[in-house]
Amino acid sequence: MKVQDEAVLTIYERSKKGRRAAVLPSAEVPETPLEELIPAELLREEPPRLPEVSEPEIVRHYNRLSRRNFDLDTGFYPLGSCTMKHNPRLNERVAALPGHARLHPAQDPKRAQGALELMWGLQESLAEICGLPHVSLQPSAGSHGELAGLLLTRAFHADRGEERSKVLAPDTSHGTNPASVTMAGYEAVKVATNERGGVEMDDLRAKIDADPGDVACLMLTNPNTLGLFDENIAEIAALIHEAGGTLYYDGANLNAVMGHSRPGDMGFDIVHVNLHKSFSQPHGGGGPGAGPIAVSERIEPFLPRPQIVRREGGNGSGPYFDLDLERPKSIGRLRGFQGNFGVFVRSYAYILSLGADGLAEASETAVLNANYLKARLAEGRAGERLPVAFDRHCMHEFVLSGKPMKKELGLATLDLAKRLLDFGFHPPTVYFPLLVDEALMIEPTETETKESLDAFAEAIEWILAEAEEDPEVAKQAPYTTPVRRLDEVKATRKPVVRQPLDG
Amino acid sequence: MLATIGVDSVDELFEQVPGALRLDRPLALPEGMSEADVYERLAALAARNADAEEQVCFVGAGMYDHYVPAIVDAIAQRSEFLTPYTPYQPEISQGGLQVMFEFQTAMSELTALPVSNAGLYEGPSSVASAGYLAMAATGRRRFVVSRGLHPHSRETLATYAVGYGAEVVEVGLSDGATDADELAQAVDGETAAVFLQSPNFLGAIERVEALGAAAKEHGALLVVACDPMTLGVLKPPGEQGADIALGEGQPLGNRLDFGGPSFGFFCASEELIRRMPGRIAGETDDVDGRRGFVLALQTREQHIRREKATHNICTAQALNALAAMVHLAWLGRAGYRELGELLVRRTAYARERLRSVEGIELLHGAPVARELAIRVEAPADRVLERCAERGIAAGYPLGRDYPEHEDGLLVAITERRTKAQIDELTEVLATAITAEAGDFLGHMPSKSPKGVS
Repeated sequence: MKVQDEAVLTIYERSKKGRRAAVLPSAEVPETPLEELIPAELLREEPPRLPEVSEPEIVRHYNRLSRRNFDLDTGFYPLGSCTMKHNPRLNERVAALPGHARLHPAQDPKRAQGALELMWGLQESLAEICGLPHVSLQPSAGSHGELAGLLLTRAFHADRGEERSKVLAPDTSHGTNPASVTMAGYEAVKVATNERGGVEMDDLRAKIDADPGDVACLMLTNPNTLGLFDENIAEIAALIHEAGGTLYYDGANLNAVMGHSRPGDMGFDIVHVNLHKSFSQPHGGGGPGAGPIAVSERIEPFLPRPQIVRREGGNGSGPYFDLDLERPKSIGRLRGFQGNFGVFVRSYAYILSLGADGLAEASETAVLNANYLKARLAEGRAGERLPVAFDRHCMHEFVLSGKPMKKELGLATLDLAKRLLDFGFHPPTVYFPLLVDEALMIEPTETETKESLDAFAEAIEWILAEAEEDPEVAKQAPYTTPVRRLDEVKATRKPVVRQPLDG
Repeated sequence: MLATIGVDSVDELFEQVPGALRLDRPLALPEGMSEADVYERLAALAARNADAEEQVCFVGAGMYDHYVPAIVDAIAQRSEFLTPYTPYQPEISQGGLQVMFEFQTAMSELTALPVSNAGLYEGPSSVASAGYLAMAATGRRRFVVSRGLHPHSRETLATYAVGYGAEVVEVGLSDGATDADELAQAVDGETAAVFLQSPNFLGAIERVEALGAAAKEHGALLVVACDPMTLGVLKPPGEQGADIALGEGQPLGNRLDFGGPSFGFFCASEELIRRMPGRIAGETDDVDGRRGFVLALQTREQHIRREKATHNICTAQALNALAAMVHLAWLGRAGYRELGELLVRRTAYARERLRSVEGIELLHGAPVARELAIRVEAPADRVLERCAERGIAAGYPLGRDYPEHEDGLLVAITERRTKAQIDELTEVLATAITAEAGDFLGHMPSKSPKGVS
């Protein structure tokens, strides 16, 4: 049966009264009525209506669902800004070792020395890669790192008796940047982009000069979301520092520069690193990830607590790793316990596997692959219909504009993306960054072969040729996926966000 | 490839990085290693941790040593769930989106609130996110927080509140549970939300409905943190007036992992749906009328609304929420309740056993479900150390977070903690306390031995 003809049933709709999978341990202790242990008014009357299904049914249900997903292990996934690189399976194996997986987070540090040493080793590695001396592993994802960075900025200024209200970010920034700014109690101010794809320096100066004492921070991605390295970064850093602000590096694009250029050397004070991008933690369909931050000396006193520290042992004993909670200027905790440790294990395994040269080579290959694919897409129909937004060498990703395609063929970027699904490719990031009309943001990563890049370029060419004949084909695409285009408006206007159940 | 690009070397591509900013040396990191060597290195580090296979683990404090069924790993490790990105292309992400929808249904059932999101980072940051929501929903900037709320949650809320400019007021405990009079006095017309946890950090089941009356009276939101393993037996927050129910999801299908990754769940009343943080999957149809799922209400989110978003969260914990869903399906309606009952009964047994020991008292008399607090008449850290030497992680030292309970221990029960282990814990604690009392206190006030009831 074709996947499209399969009935879509939820696990609740497969439920039959009395079926079950779990066999629990016997109580072993007196089976006292619960009302004798807990006042009746605090007890639940009816248990939640969870599904009643056998184990084989559960396995089949979720295996069937899994086949309704496209994933990185199946095909090319050039989603810009997401760094969909291969996830080595070794990392899953070491994360699952009982010494990691079954270690309680409140374990006394002296009985968790392996875990703390691993975290310390990862901190040191990230510090070296970022070119900044101190790291907190605590933030759970990139946006959590951004919030941390802004709270650090607030604490840094408060410590100097200053109160500042504005955070600048380019109009090309990730949506998380302005959202984090608001959450941290600041006002977001947009900075324009110049004709080379970098920060428009006159606009930046104007925004700073309006009230230098009110600028708390500039958030920047470099290379930015156009995949371009901002050549003026040293001057940008000088301007912000002169105004007394901090410079924040959104590390989503760190995969372009590992071992080649370091945010700390560029003048950044705070960097977040997406371990689920550059450091190969699998994305899991939307997490888990981790967003450690690296900071300069002047920001260090304010880092979240606890910090992982290494204390030198006396009398010939080895070093001792500890959780430092005594941090009087700390902004405090950002979450429970010590962070997404399982992610740290995977990323540390990745860093150990690649080593210094391997990381640098990964970035080189990522940049090579992006430029090769950009060159391939500058040929033929793609070159005409999908021009690159800023025509210069890119770093690890690049942005095309579907504006001519839309005008000449009536095909929107969305249509091209949907048609790509029929060819077994995940589409690029679409309609971002916002300043490029009909944008397609393409990041191939270093783990793709030339053949897969060629195949992708050929698919684009094929789709454009097809659209010259009959644009309707792409406009109605996809055809081969488990479902076709979905009514997203309905899902928002009249949201159905859970299965209705009776009885 | 270089010829196609039109350059002679990869170096040329890096020329856009100004020379002064190019690293002129290799990173100061070790050489790369073979897969086998990396495995050995990390296995050696793992061996230096006392995990729950090496020690019998009675430590909880928000994360618990539950059994994760094999089926959870088998499904969560499938490439199709492990390696995709967030489902921005719904046509090829129906599997993940449907799992989110099923998960939302499950969490909505557990908490008895109509709306659930697809998960947040973890427990304490979910509490802080509720604060952000409450502030936007009420236009007020004051939170009243029970001292029974997890100390990490209280601290995280305070960290965030500095950013969005809110004040946090704490209300104390009385015999283990939130002091109702103090709470009623603390809540006023400026209060955005009241935060409770049940069972609270000391294990006490709170009278949420009665405590929540103060919030209702002043138009503040009632936010209740709960333990998802207790909701088969305890009255759910949604039936006790909660506007938001949330918590740490780790007990459902997730490993201890030294604290993460796990997930936070977040459920709310219908009125709050458009203020929710995080992804929400919704049901819809495709152009041919087939049933399908999409990310619903995306206009709340950062990638659309930018500075006006309801939250900044992007990558969350989708795979961990999937693990929870599989675990809940495996437990099923009956098994989920049975597990809750098992925890309550074994905890009651442990409480009776422990209170019979000379040198141990219950820290409070409130009803408990899966975790209990005791007072030991000897230095708690030394007692724990003696237990650890005998292979038992006997509990969480409350003195870490509650200076008023320096002698307190929090003891957690899961279905993995057998009667025999509870008996062993009792014996080991008794021996440790006697030894410590003898060593350091000279003598203890005499206490007549109590029988086991």
